[in-house]
Amino acid sequence: MPQIIIDGQYIEAAPGKTIIEAALDNGITIPHFCWHPALTVAGNCRMCLVQVGSHKKDTDGSLMFDPSGAPVVNWIPKMQIACATPVADGMIVDTVSKKTEETQESIMEFLLINHPLDCPICDEAGQCKLQEYAFTHSAGKSRFDEQKNHKDKRVPLGPQVMFDGERCISCSRCIRFADEIAKQPVLTFVRRGDKVTIETFDNTQFDSPYSMNVIDICPVGALTSMDFRFKARVWEMSFTDSICNGCARGCNVKLGVMNNELLRIEPRTNMHVNTYWMCDHGRLAPKVLVENDRISEPMVRRNGVLTGTTWDEALREAATLLQGVKAHDVAILGSAHASNEDNYALAKFATSVLKTPHVDFIKHNDPTFGDTMLKVNDVAANGIGAHSVGIHPASGGATSDQLASKITSGAIKALVVMADDVTTQSTQLAEAAASLSALIVIASNVSATSHMAHVVLPLSSFAESEGTFTNTMHRVQHFEAALVTKENERTMGLKMSRWDKFGAPNDRWTHGSRRNSRSGWRIVQQLANAMGAQWSYANAEAVFADLAGHVALFNGMTYELLDQYQGLVLGKAATPEPVGVIYESHVLKPN
Amino acid sequence: MSAQKAPTNEMQRLTFWERIYLPEIARGMGLTFKQMFKPTFTRQYPEERWEPEGSYRGRPVLVMEEDGERCVACGLCSRVCPALAIEVRAGETTKEKERFPELFEINMLRCIYCGFCEEVCPEEAIVMSKDYELVFSSQAEGVFGKDKLLVPVAQLQERLEFLRQYR
Repeated sequence: MPQIIIDGQYIEAAPGKTIIEAALDNGITIPHFCWHPALTVAGNCRMCLVQVGSHKKDTDGSLMFDPSGAPVVNWIPKMQIACATPVADGMIVDTVSKKTEETQESIMEFLLINHPLDCPICDEAGQCKLQEYAFTHSAGKSRFDEQKNHKDKRVPLGPQVMFDGERCISCSRCIRFADEIAKQPVLTFVRRGDKVTIETFDNTQFDSPYSMNVIDICPVGALTSMDFRFKARVWEMSFTDSICNGCARGCNVKLGVMNNELLRIEPRTNMHVNTYWMCDHGRLAPKVLVENDRISEPMVRRNGVLTGTTWDEALREAATLLQGVKAHDVAILGSAHASNEDNYALAKFATSVLKTPHVDFIKHNDPTFGDTMLKVNDVAANGIGAHSVGIHPASGGATSDQLASKITSGAIKALVVMADDVTTQSTQLAEAAASLSALIVIASNVSATSHMAHVVLPLSSFAESEGTFTNTMHRVQHFEAALVTKENERTMGLKMSRWDKFGAPNDRWTHGSRRNSRSGWRIVQQLANAMGAQWSYANAEAVFADLAGHVALFNGMTYELLDQYQGLVLGKAATPEPVGVIYESHVLKPN
Repeated sequence: MSAQKAPTNEMQRLTFWERIYLPEIARGMGLTFKQMFKPTFTRQYPEERWEPEGSYRGRPVLVMEEDGERCVACGLCSRVCPALAIEVRAGETTKEKERFPELFEINMLRCIYCGFCEEVCPEEAIVMSKDYELVFSSQAEGVFGKDKLLVPVAQLQERLEFLRQYR
């Protein structure tokens, strides 16, 4: 393996790696714009220019050292770009020398010649690479007095991506992403020279299902999200690590929240799951589900009409309804949308409190959804998790397919549904469910099922609760609550952004609604206790600890380990895969 | 001669002339009489109002140009505000500066008149005015929206010139 020295640090780099990669593997970040680990090397921004040389040898062939013991270096007269120079044995690289610094300052001055000074307007401000390097690697002033070039602003490249030509520094990351990753080569440079800009080919638009990733990798604010444009400044939001619930891939995401409103979902690097990307569906769809059509309060059916009531009242009503039928007449539908914790609590409720064998969940398969990149046909986040924590029929129990006929024949008289809509299983089940003597729905969004229910218990969405999902690759991943509800109000405070943290109740900006919903495991626990059980889980972590102790596949897992290794594979908690080198295109400063 | 008893109260401590007050009253009247011929400093507020200098930090206002506010809703004032008094929500326009404040509110009950918002503003869009008379009868009234904050640039010339000296 070639041995190189970067800034005096001896590094063993795998052959074929470039200097920038070898440096990153060892925690040294060389400033760069156009380089991205997942894209081919373009080498056009010149920001990663470094001084490269080799150890000088004496006439007798021995290595030369200066009196202080440092190697004497034969520097290559011109600077080399770290992103395209492969490492060679004995290479010496200096990324912090005076010469390197002066070069970086010159490159920054060059890139800023035509870059508008509209940071106050630009959405990227606060997480902009150019802005950051202007502080750390720039002389801080320009010698350019002439008129800046004006180019097209506000050009839609596709349905989700807006392009601002003036801000573009021509790094070509988006062009390479479209060509190599999204496999939709429609972007290109036109009018090369100082008027260079990016356009789509005639009669095409950049509408790939992964198009919004270019917004994340754009080092400046040239590409902005039409969905998010101007909604908030990045420093006003809190970002919470979460897992996308759009499909069973379980892409690692960050949830951007301001004023208790979910404004933005963006990918988080996890080399084992989604690498650096996520699909546009995952950025947009879960947000709508979290914000729209939510069940606002616990409801019970009085004189045929669903009426709002208190939690105690609704839970009492649900317990009474369930106690009114025989154990074998109750069926439980867990959910592929709910977390492992929620499903585990429900499975435990079925076996130890209700003692019914009829436990199952509805599988959600959309053969049109999946693709060869990230999206998978299983459009629910946690099907594998639900099954592995015990949401499957015991001997003699009805499967979700058999439910409709069992209800029609009168074998099942009561049904508890969590986080799902029975109409997605079959219209027969939906029709049959209307004839149940008790239908208890624990759900976050209004659906046909919640309209039929006798008792509705509002469930916190994935953005409001803590838990784990098991993805299609059997990887258990931990997500945290990003939004404040009436349930978690007291524990959330410190995680929120400065605004949400320090605002007083009489400040108008703190008036984002706090939903009256609860985590699934808590609702099930309260229902179980209303029926005479003695459960005492304090938080999701306690449920998970119980789950890890009782379900063999989860043995040895804790939230701490899940966070440390970015998820653990079912049954393999003892042999975690290393996290690897995490590259984030933008580094958000802590609030 | 027996030792004089130490005075135990005010009446015993004072001399006869002091105790009858008359000379003291005359002395006080003399002082008042003398002041009547000296120049006065008292201002007959509110009939007589004080016009502050350009350096005065009165309530923060938004500068309004002919075609609307200068503010581009960058949110820096809101970020720097130590008292969390400013709330900005941005919207999009078709003008050259594509961002504008859809909502701009300063909670004058929180504002401490430090002037940080003015100092941080990259557009010279929020400045401290000479307005020092703030009256409201409820908490809600203390939150100033764009209707109260926007002031024509002509009225703020003095402050803007003062600020330019220190650029």
